[in-house]
Amino acid sequence: MTVTTTWYLVLAAVLFSTGSVGLLVRRNPLVMVMCVELMLNAVNLTFVSLGSHLGDLGGQLAVFFVLVVAATEVVVGLALIVAIMRRRPGATADDLSLLGG
Amino acid sequence: MDATVFIIAAVIIMSGATGVVLSRNPVHAALFLVETLFGVAVLFVLQDATFLAAVQVIVYAGAIVILFLFVIMLLGVDRAEDLGVEPIAGQRPLAAVAGASLVGLLLTIFLVAVGAPTGIPASTTPLGAPGGNTRALGEALFTDNVFAVELTALLLTVAVVGAVVLSRRTPGSLQPIPAGDPVADQPDKTGEDVDPVGEVTP
Repeated sequence: MTVTTTWYLVLAAVLFSTGSVGLLVRRNPLVMVMCVELMLNAVNLTFVSLGSHLGDLGGQLAVFFVLVVAATEVVVGLALIVAIMRRRPGATADDLSLLGG
Repeated sequence: MDATVFIIAAVIIMSGATGVVLSRNPVHAALFLVETLFGVAVLFVLQDATFLAAVQVIVYAGAIVILFLFVIMLLGVDRAEDLGVEPIAGQRPLAAVAGASLVGLLLTIFLVAVGAPTGIPASTTPLGAPGGNTRALGEALFTDNVFAVELTALLLTVAVVGAVVLSRRTPGSLQPIPAGDPVADQPDKTGEDVDPVGEVTP
C-alpha cells in the first residue's frame, strides 16, 4: 500500500478542522493561539505534500516563510496576552470585548 | 513501510491535536502541541523535506512551545480551567457543526470533486536537485527569493521590537481593567478621570 498525496491532504484537512474547532470553543487566549498553530501546521503539511506531488521546491519554500510568520505571530500574540493578563489576571477571550470601548 | 509510518504519525498528530483542544490545563495543551509538531516532522521526513523537519523540531518544538510554556509560567495561569462553562449559549454545538462541515467540505474537494490533487509539474525549482534538500532550499532562498528573505528578517526585527514595547512595564501604578459590565463601570468622560495607563513620562 503506497501513501498517496491524498492521504496527506485528508490528514491536513482533519487537523485544520480540529484546530478551528478548538479556536471556536476554547476561551483561554493561550490555548487559542496554540490552536492557530495547529491550523498553520496543517497548511504546512499540504504545502509540502503538494510540493512533493508536483516535484516543486516551491512548497517547501512557502513552508519556510510560514514558519517565520508563525514565529512572529506567536511573539506578538504572547506579548499582547502578557500585557492584558498583567492588568487583569485570568482574563478570557470574552473579556477582551472591553477593548471595543 | 511508508503506510505504516504514515498511519503511526497520523495517530500521533491527531491525538496531540485532540489533546490541545480538550486539555483543561494550558501546560498539558502545550505538551500535546509538541506531540503534534513531532508527528508533522515525521511526515516531513517521509516526504524527503529533511531540512524542514529539522526546522520544525528546532523552531516549533524548541522555541515556540518553550515560549508558550514560559508565558504560562510567567503569568501563573497553569491551573486547570473549568471546561464545563459554556459562555455563549449553543456555542459548542455550533462549533461542532462548523468543524464537521469544514471537514466535509475539504474532504469533498479532495476525494470527490477531483479525485486527486491536480496542478502543473515544476518548471523553475524542481525537487530532487543534486546536493540534497538543504542545499537546494538554501540556493532557492538566497537567489530567487532573497528579497522575501530580507523582508522576513525585517518582520522578525519589528516583532522583537514590538514584543519588547508591549511587555515593558509602564512607570506608575497599573490600573486594573474593570471587571463586569463594561458599560456600567466605565469612568465618566469628563476629563479628570481619564486613566493614565500607557502614557510614558519622559
